[in-house]
Formats: sequence, C-alpha cells, structure tokens
Amino acid sequence: MGLLSSSLPLARYRVEGKLEEPVLETVADSLQRHVIGDIDGNAVEKAVGWTSFETPYRPDFAGSCLVIGAYFVFALRIDKKTIPRGVIRKYCAAEEARELARTGARYLGREGKRRIRAQVEEGLLLTIPATPNIFDVIWHYEAGELWLCSTLKEANEALETLFYRTFHLSLIRLFPFTLAELSAKLSAAEHDRLLALSPTSLKG
Amino acid sequence: MLDVAVAFSRYRFLGPEFLTWLWYAIETAPDAIKAAALGRGILTVGDRIVLESSADQPVERVTITGENADLGEGMLALRKGALVAELRLHYTAGDQEWRFSVKGDTLALMGLKTPPSAPVETRDEVEGAVVEKVGLCEEVVRLLDSLFLRFIKLRVSERWREKTIPGMKTWVKAARL
Repeated sequence: MGLLSSSLPLARYRVEGKLEEPVLETVADSLQRHVIGDIDGNAVEKAVGWTSFETPYRPDFAGSCLVIGAYFVFALRIDKKTIPRGVIRKYCAAEEARELARTGARYLGREGKRRIRAQVEEGLLLTIPATPNIFDVIWHYEAGELWLCSTLKEANEALETLFYRTFHLSLIRLFPFTLAELSAKLSAAEHDRLLALSPTSLKG
Repeated sequence: MLDVAVAFSRYRFLGPEFLTWLWYAIETAPDAIKAAALGRGILTVGDRIVLESSADQPVERVTITGENADLGEGMLALRKGALVAELRLHYTAGDQEWRFSVKGDTLALMGLKTPPSAPVETRDEVEGAVVEKVGLCEEVVRLLDSLFLRFIKLRVSERWREKTIPGMKTWVKAARL
C-alpha cells in the first residue's frame, strides 16, 4: 500500500539501536544488499526485498530520493507467483495420462503423482510472472520510529525479518503493551501494576 | 521487557479495553478527549464499531455499521461482557478532517483518510507531498498516543477500579436498547 494513497493502513514500530556512521550511506548500502530480486523466469515462488519508493519496479537506491524531510522513505516488496489450483490439476491430469500411456501402467502410485505435481508446479513457476506487492516504509531514524503501510500479517512478519537481516536492528511492534512499556513513562509502582493487570468486565 | 509475542498474547485485552473506554470517554467526557487532542480538534465515533466477546468460544462478534446506526446492539453486547475490537473514528480540527479505524489488539490504523492534499503531477512534487502526508498521518498517531497514554495511566491507577469501571457500567446500563 502506498503512503500517498487516499486511504492507507499503518502499523507502527520502535527501532532499537543505531547504525554505523555515516548513516545515510549505511542505509543505502544495506538496502541495496537486500534489494528485491527478479524471479520471473525462475522456478521460485516468492521473493522478499527492498525497493525504492519512487521507482518500485526498478529498484535503485543510488538514484532514488531515499531521504525525504526527516525520514528514510523506501518500500518493502513481496513478489509472489500464485498458480490457481485448477490449473495445477489440469496440467497434472494431462501429465499423468501421458505417463500412464508411456509406461502402460493402469495406475500411478502416490509417489509418482507427487513427482508429476512437483514437475508441473516447477514448469508453471518458470512461465508465470510474479505479482509484486509494495508496502511503503517510513523510518524516522532520529525518533527511532518506523511505519509500515500495511497491517497484513505476512507483510509485517516479512518486514520484521528482513529489517533485522538488513540493518541488524530490532523492530518492536507498537501494540498496547509495548506502547505502555516504551512510551508511557510509568513509575516502578505503575509498571508493577501494569504487569499484574487482568481483564476488566462490564458485565452485570 | 517481556518477550514481545508473550506480551502480545498476555495483555491482548488492553487494546479492546482502551477502545471501549475511548467510546465511553467520547460520549461522556468530550472535554477530556479534546484536552488529549491538545485542544486542537474534536474526536467522534464514526460509522463502524466491532465488538467481540473473547470469553466466548467461539468468539461472538457484533458489527455495527452505518452513519445513523442503532448503537443499542453494541450496548447490549457490552452488557454481555463484550469489548470494542475495532472502532472507526472521525477527527476534525478546523476545516480539516481525518477518518480512520483502530484495531484493538494491535492499535494499527486502517483506512486512514487524511485531509486532501495537492495532487502530485511531477516528480519534483513527490517530496513535498510525502512530507505533507507524513505530517497529516502524524496528527492522528500523536492523538492516539496521547489518548492511549492517558488511558494506561488511568488503567494502572486505583481510579480505574473505583471510578471508571462503575462509571462505564452506569453508562452501559443507562443506554437505551
């Protein structure tokens, strides 16, 4: 989802730690090292990587405006090839019929069917293009805060994994408990009470 | 700090409690909400409320939608022990308006619509548009933070048990079904 869309989702994170100086070069180099790869024409189902905000289909951090205002702005891209089950079934049926005709056997065993299915899927993955999904990332480095323009579980999990692999910094998702712990400046007594909380009921 | 996954699961109830309190506070103490918005704007409940009763297995879910929706069903769900799982809000400050939903368990924002900004027609305009959009989103993020921090301070205090819960129960009971 794009930051400049008329309606957007937003998940928030706290970034723990700081990068090596000079920060801008470190960010650009790290993003480039984990840039999204092209999986079209390969028997690969999914790719996850970074791309540039302005040119998400031609990732290039060198030529892109990575810094906008006080923020690093780039994007998480997840490319996926989805083969409809019906298509797999159709090609498997044709392949199985060919195999039976070739061998003269009356039935195909479970292992034979599995082998044919794997071959069919690999063949289809080679031919179909990947669908790119782009989720903008806004990182306020000085404030240690990061936004992802997605609330999809897959995108959030991919961000957390890839961000750590890229920058060796931890992302802490801001949900009620972490927001209370990290932002509320609770006293020691309040913090103890927070840990001991149990649900409230308005019943009765 | 606790392991994040453990903390998410163990304290999942805090988000729905926050949204339920927010609904209550908007209805009964709008001035306090305005103060949390730094006196800048007015926060109102929008056209969608989702309530969930997590004590039930399977989870009972009530969704109220529409500009002039009857909130009676929501109040009935609260009486039965449900809490707000998702709340659509409108925030107006001057002639600007934001519309967004907040998910209780994660506090993630969904369908965030900020006041309109100038369309981007050339590449040179992208930078300005991003800065403006981030600033507009930040208004909502800071507002929610301010409200949540007010809630959590209250939640860990004695006032929650002594005053807020009885107040919320009275509000729920007094609602016309």
